[in-house]
Amino acid sequence: MQFDQILQYTLSGLSTGAIYALIGIGFSIIYNATGIINFAQGEFVMLGGLLTLSCLELLNLPLWAAIPCAVAVSTVVGILFERLAIRPLRHPTPINLVIITIGGSILIRGLAMLVWGKDTHAIPPFSGDNPIAIGGATILPQHLWILAITLIIIIINKIYFYHTISGKAMRACSYNRRAAGLVGIDVKRMVLFSFIISSAMGAIAGIIIAPLTMTAYDVGVMIGLKGFCAAIIGGMSSGISTVIGGLILGVLESLGAGLISSGYKDAIAFIILLLILFIRPQGLFGKADSERV
Amino acid sequence: MKRDLLLFISFSLLVMVAPQLFSGGYLMNVLVFVGINTMLAIALNLLLGYAGQISLGHAGFFGLGAYLSGILTATYGVNPWIAMPVAAVVVGCLAGLIGFPILKLKGHYLAMATLGLGIIMYIVFNETVELTGGPSGLSGIPNLKIAGVTFDSDVKNYYLIWGVTLAVMLFSLNLANSRVGRALRAVHDSEVAAQVLGVNARLLKVQIFALSAVISSLAGSLYAHTMTFISPASFGFNFSIELLTMVVIGGLGSIYGSFLGAALLTLLPEILRGANDYDIIIYGSLLIVMVMYMPGGLVRGIPILFRKIVRKGEGDHA
Repeated sequence: MQFDQILQYTLSGLSTGAIYALIGIGFSIIYNATGIINFAQGEFVMLGGLLTLSCLELLNLPLWAAIPCAVAVSTVVGILFERLAIRPLRHPTPINLVIITIGGSILIRGLAMLVWGKDTHAIPPFSGDNPIAIGGATILPQHLWILAITLIIIIINKIYFYHTISGKAMRACSYNRRAAGLVGIDVKRMVLFSFIISSAMGAIAGIIIAPLTMTAYDVGVMIGLKGFCAAIIGGMSSGISTVIGGLILGVLESLGAGLISSGYKDAIAFIILLLILFIRPQGLFGKADSERV
Repeated sequence: MKRDLLLFISFSLLVMVAPQLFSGGYLMNVLVFVGINTMLAIALNLLLGYAGQISLGHAGFFGLGAYLSGILTATYGVNPWIAMPVAAVVVGCLAGLIGFPILKLKGHYLAMATLGLGIIMYIVFNETVELTGGPSGLSGIPNLKIAGVTFDSDVKNYYLIWGVTLAVMLFSLNLANSRVGRALRAVHDSEVAAQVLGVNARLLKVQIFALSAVISSLAGSLYAHTMTFISPASFGFNFSIELLTMVVIGGLGSIYGSFLGAALLTLLPEILRGANDYDIIIYGSLLIVMVMYMPGGLVRGIPILFRKIVRKGEGDHA
């Protein structure tokens, strides 16, 4: 096997991995604030891509304006989802929450199918598609956009969670919701915040990946599940270990697809998911925690 | 106990005379599917409704049963009556093996792990082209035959499928009312409490998971032999969700509820013909609305609703 080829697969794996990391962090933020695994997380990725398309084509907005618009609308959907489906739930047992977020995910997907149809749509890359040569491999400018935007989002996240009052309040909720409530933190508001942040992050992930992979009403399922794999590898942390989880997953998947078989590309992620859940449910880097076992 | 038996006998009689009422035709074909889906919903309900363990990968076991039966009979010429139990045993063993590590997980983690398992199986059905025919499917699966009768028409298939479905129902009703059923409900409410009372919760969960997979496999084999053609599209993630919807809508922990859920979800697309694309919106809304307003499912919700209406009516008269 040639070195060039491996470098090529690794580089393209890193950018998909960055996307998985963003989605995985979105999963973790909601899980840490509420204890819910939001099965609808992938749908925000789909919404981000398709809403950008509509902003570009229907409203004729330039790209720099279309992206914030799409993120804003996706966030509103996230808020509505929390308000209409999660908050009114009277018996929030884990199984009920699984079922209701699955219901929400199907509903959002169905509505997207009505709005955008079943076709696959393409979004233009942010800055052309002249390949850049790195060593023996080539990458597209969009790959660099993905890595840069992911990095910026992770830094903003870090600042928010460690240097602002509401970020610190959210971390308090993730340690102990009851105790956070007792010291005067509005836990319900933090839950809403967590949905806002993760739907916005999902939408951004969907927008930056769309020029590479195209987008359609049903892309959310698979990419959302892979984001969840990243979060599991990272031990449901909203920090650097989930990013590493995403990158590992992206690279393994890309190498597996290139070197073994592209048909089994999607299976690789799920085999890793099962192995991690069976052997190290606390994540690759986490300490043992009986909660998940 | 006597009431239960009476209920089951009247239900069976209803099932047996139904073909006379509908006089064959397309509806018979739909009712065959209601039977298969009822079996699958009961299988999932035993796991989810009684033992409280979720699975989002049951379409995989259904598909595995169908493909094992299909490949053994169509490719290797094995007698269908032998292929079916072989498929069921293989699926049961597989589920038992994977059950030990997977059922250690709880709640969301179990949901994700079973979902992953289902998707892996779906990918395997698609990719092992030499065996399964890949995305274009496997055809030429023989119909079941017994004593010179070939099950090749809708009416014959109806009696075949419903015969098995009724047997599965009777078995499940008995299981639910037995010592095992009580142990399952104990595990559902509190695994620790159940274990303190001497229930081997871990083993019991794996056993019910395997049983549930075996029933799904049986439904899959019957599906393969009545359809004579199968393709991976029938065994994907969406179908696992559809099964979950059936169980939740019908009523968790109710065998007749599973029938109601299966009947509703199988007939709904037929009623909403032309609105084909809207069905996923309807499934999604149904799931949310049911969990929110009728967490007991139709089988418990309808009597409550009925009583409310009657009481309101009486109030108006007074």
